[in-house]
Amino acid sequence: METFESVKAKHAEGDGHGFDKKAVMRTFWVLLIITVLELVVGMFIAPHFHSLKLWFNVLYIIFTLAKAFYIVAEFMHLGHEIKNMVMTIAVPCLLFIWFITAFLWDGNSYKNLKNTYDPFYKEQSMKQVTKPGEHLKPNHAPEAEKPGALH
Amino acid sequence: MAQIAVAGKQKWWEGGKSPFNVEYGKLMMWYFLMSDAFTFGAFLISYGTVRFASNGWPDPNHVFNSMPFMGHANLPLVFVSIMTFILIASSVTMVLAVGEGHAKNKKGVINYMIATIIGGILFLGCQAWEWHHLHEQGAWWGRNPFMNFDGTQSSTNFTNFFFTITGFHGFHVLSGVVINIVMLIMTVRGVFERRGSYLMIEKAGLYWHFVDLVWVFVFTCFYLF
Repeated sequence: METFESVKAKHAEGDGHGFDKKAVMRTFWVLLIITVLELVVGMFIAPHFHSLKLWFNVLYIIFTLAKAFYIVAEFMHLGHEIKNMVMTIAVPCLLFIWFITAFLWDGNSYKNLKNTYDPFYKEQSMKQVTKPGEHLKPNHAPEAEKPGALH
Repeated sequence: MAQIAVAGKQKWWEGGKSPFNVEYGKLMMWYFLMSDAFTFGAFLISYGTVRFASNGWPDPNHVFNSMPFMGHANLPLVFVSIMTFILIASSVTMVLAVGEGHAKNKKGVINYMIATIIGGILFLGCQAWEWHHLHEQGAWWGRNPFMNFDGTQSSTNFTNFFFTITGFHGFHVLSGVVINIVMLIMTVRGVFERRGSYLMIEKAGLYWHFVDLVWVFVFTCFYLF
């Protein structure tokens, strides 16, 4: 008869559930490489293609989920627990899918409503304070001296 | 013990054994982290909702373009990538501490815990510098000196969300460092050695990895999007 104590003892001995230093280092390199890729895209590639911003965001989401999966499955060792336990964590998190979709949709709808029915709001939010891209120049003047800056 | 070898085919719900095959405290840590994930999720999703409801938003490549000791050089995202690296590295040393705990190697646990604590403190130092720098530029709760990407006037939503969410994350890192210091003291005093199990290190490790996990999402939402 297998008891909880015997399972625990087996855990501590480390067989199938044991500690794998190689897997840890592999996870580290995966995380590092994904982060470097994100930065290369974010710093050098994305700023030159503003019209494709949406697709870069999709790419960042894929990278982010990949990193999250590796952290949870390897570092937090959830990939090595039994399915019963994994499901009690994973299934509630599926709520995030609805959560994100519903709220972003609502935010977008609120923006459209404001722009349609509140002309003053739309005019104010479209008013140029500086020329587009002006503030992106490297040696910009101190922020405080810009017209319209809040203090 | 022969039964255990075929653990994959066991009927976990037959009774008489734990169907989750995990120790109580560890399971509860997982449920706590799940609830914490919903707290952070609510913060980040409200940020997304407000951003989707705005006609313009500041450009992260412009806002986060500074480095300590580099003056006014334009270095977008470099500093935050160093912060990210520090957190990932400290996560690795944490796993290694857990691994040494499995091997019941007290000295190894102590060394890796010290490395993890140093990593956490470095991260907090970096965040303190970043907050200080942004504050000097005029950014704070209720104040936003940065223009929108298209040159229109921005609202204070950007800074409010940035300081609230990175602040909440930073507070988690601080708690994680305190928990790790407590674990280090308990290890040095031989508490786990007498107990015969370093499971507490594993639970502290779960919390620490969760902090890293949240940072992955904060990083994407604030610095990349």
